[in-house]
Amino acid sequence: MAVPDVAVAAVDEGYWTRTRKVGLVLLALGLLATVLFGALATGEQARFTLSEDAAGAALEINGTVGAILFGLITLAAGAAMLARLPKRWFIPMLAVGLVAFVLSFLCWQVSAAPTGQNFMPLVNIVRGTFLLALPLIFGSLAGVLCERSGVVNVAIEGQLLMGAFSGALFGSISGSVWVGLVAAAIGGSFISLLLAVFSIKYLVDQVVMGIVLNLLALGITGFLYERLMQTDAARYNSAPRFSNWEIPLLSDIPVLGPALFRGNIFLYLALLLVLVTHIALFRTRWGLRTRSVGEHPTAADTLGVKVLGLRYRNVILAGAIAGIGGASYTLALFSFTKNMIGGKGFIALAALIFGRWSPTGALLAALFFGFADQLATYLGAINSVIPGQFLAMLPYLATILAVAGLVGRVRAPAADGKPYIKG
Amino acid sequence: MTDNLQPGSPDKEPASEEQAAQVTLGNTEQAEAATTPTAPHKRPTLGRLFLENLWAANTFTVTLLSLVLAMVVGAVLMIISDPKVLATYAYITARPSDAINASWTLVSEAYANLFKGSVFDPGATTLTAALSPISETLTYTAPLVFTGLSVALAFRGGLFNIGAQGQAIMGVVLAALAGFLLPLPYGLHLLVAVLAGALGGAVWGFIPGILKARTGAHEVINTIMLNYIAVYFLTWLIVQNGVQDPNRTDAISRPVDASAQLPRLFGEPLRAHAGILLAVLVTWAVAWLLNRSTLGFELRAVGANPDAARTAGISVTRTYVLVMVFAGALAGLGGSQMVLGTTAAALTPLVIAQIGFDGILVALLGRVKPWGVAMAALLFGALQAGGNRMQSYSGISLELVTVLQALIVIFIAAPALVKAIFQLRAARAARLQTSLAKGW
Repeated sequence: MAVPDVAVAAVDEGYWTRTRKVGLVLLALGLLATVLFGALATGEQARFTLSEDAAGAALEINGTVGAILFGLITLAAGAAMLARLPKRWFIPMLAVGLVAFVLSFLCWQVSAAPTGQNFMPLVNIVRGTFLLALPLIFGSLAGVLCERSGVVNVAIEGQLLMGAFSGALFGSISGSVWVGLVAAAIGGSFISLLLAVFSIKYLVDQVVMGIVLNLLALGITGFLYERLMQTDAARYNSAPRFSNWEIPLLSDIPVLGPALFRGNIFLYLALLLVLVTHIALFRTRWGLRTRSVGEHPTAADTLGVKVLGLRYRNVILAGAIAGIGGASYTLALFSFTKNMIGGKGFIALAALIFGRWSPTGALLAALFFGFADQLATYLGAINSVIPGQFLAMLPYLATILAVAGLVGRVRAPAADGKPYIKG
Repeated sequence: MTDNLQPGSPDKEPASEEQAAQVTLGNTEQAEAATTPTAPHKRPTLGRLFLENLWAANTFTVTLLSLVLAMVVGAVLMIISDPKVLATYAYITARPSDAINASWTLVSEAYANLFKGSVFDPGATTLTAALSPISETLTYTAPLVFTGLSVALAFRGGLFNIGAQGQAIMGVVLAALAGFLLPLPYGLHLLVAVLAGALGGAVWGFIPGILKARTGAHEVINTIMLNYIAVYFLTWLIVQNGVQDPNRTDAISRPVDASAQLPRLFGEPLRAHAGILLAVLVTWAVAWLLNRSTLGFELRAVGANPDAARTAGISVTRTYVLVMVFAGALAGLGGSQMVLGTTAAALTPLVIAQIGFDGILVALLGRVKPWGVAMAALLFGALQAGGNRMQSYSGISLELVTVLQALIVIFIAAPALVKAIFQLRAARAARLQTSLAKGW
């Protein structure tokens, strides 16, 4: 639909194409990295060790040299984009530019760390990234399933929280991780059942319902936590935990092996689910129907797809996935505490949007956000001058830039959030 | 720009009664004026009208019954989470009186405390003790009025402001900074601090407003993201030199000067402060703005149907930006109450609690009308105040209040459900729709 008095800034005409704009941004970042990071970095060797501590083999580079070198690479990527760059080179060039910028930043930070701490243990970083990204991956997959079939899921936070809670509660009572896992899935789908009934049957605005359900989940879990778990933690809040499973051969790969293939069931499940959802969504009959219901329910209905039934099923399935994501806390890492998800559901929503409503995109976005989170922890540990809070803002800022169309346009499924009334 | 970026735009699909009702959300008041029987040809008696309306699914009845339903669910939660009471249910077939008595004692005591903590305590002997519940209720009400109005105003303009939380945070930050950094005399200092709060919120509302107007970026996504950016900004700011309390090592700022604090209404021990008067004044102002001013008319026109408004020569982009700036300023005022009032005097990471998110519930409960919002805020304030007493006297966690609040709004949002449960007679649908359906 044409909107005459809205100035559309994102779609460019003439010289300033998207590639050139991004090139300009990269050029600025490269300049910043070369000059500022290069000047602030010290002559210490920046060591990126391939282990969990300072020991062992490492990739080493002089701090100043590294910061300037990687800054120049970003600069070059930006310049290449400003010059005529074939379209297929856009994404690789952008990736090279951004990665080099991050590396330049790390060279500065690691070399400027207090003496004796001039190393970055890559195994820890990779493992931490995946660990922090886990609830985000489950949460954003839940979002993908819901929103691809046309139901906005702002209740991811509530679903994660309810999953974490029921996983901890029933895992503790039964003493079995598997019972806990099933209970977590049921807990998450309870919240999404409410979302489905109220938004599909009673046509309540889906964003409103999501927000209210988050508060409801916060209230119920908080209430029962204080009444049950705090009074008798041994009985109600001491769920057994999944142990780590080592995958033979794969776990011997340097860096990736110890970080990825010695994890718990949730890590493998998350990666498997991304793969399964991707194939199911784009290669199966169910996926085609789901997408058509999310884009144009009337057309799908005309062709005999049961729109409301499919939406019910997908929303409830999404809740189960998010519930399992919540259990990745309580059945593997911590015991349950009040509001323990603490906004991760909203970062998952951000990952979903940043990943453009696709499973693999959501995975990459979740990993990026997880990395930002892990980096904040690492920089805190080496007393960096960069406040961790600003790194923590990164996912949210990136999402705002993405929806504002500054890094390409993101577009939701057309019928996302619109109730379907058979008529 | 695609169709789904325009909220409240008429659906291209076959319209049903509900959809028509949703589109008219911005014009609820006109709809109501139109439905009031102005030309009575066969006027029934007043008493009969009253009785008929009592059991019809009108706004008041649905609200009241939603409250009842929420309290019933709350009672069930209390019972199933109390092992002693639950034990009596093990032999309910043998002696049902035990289970019933135990449950009744637990639930009635809890709700009695909820009432005593928020409205009136019959056991009070002094005037201070008698006024105390009302004072507490008003203290909790004041900020909720502002955040509720913020969400409601944006709603009427067709925007969903989930960012009241973030705007309130920026409001509380600027209000507190003005409160302890500026050396100003009594009166002026308070004024400057309050305005600083409004400014902080307005800036934080401007961002999603301009992004929506210029790029079509959905305000729901952006306001959610800005909420968290505000949280991290606050936690960073608190521990900076000059802001952090020099005598403390934890995350708390210097306290606001006495000259920038809102005066108390009933004297020292009672916490009610002048914020509630400001809240009433602002409610009146927002009602005037919406119903009597040109901007209000444009705002409602854009909210009801942006395409029609644009055709009529109203600048939709300008309206979107203005709506968000006003909404942000209101939320910022609400945030400023949290340090300038009696709730706290210094910034902490959780200084504004949940007032932004509660504001969404308050706005929906108040049917996005200014005075309705004020009444809804009063109810939520009372629940909060009563919840404190319920926690300390009956040992029922304060979280129950969150559950009650969420449940009330769920039932309000789905009047068809309440209607079905209580077999209410049908009333005009237009008055019951609280929310407008729209996509990202």
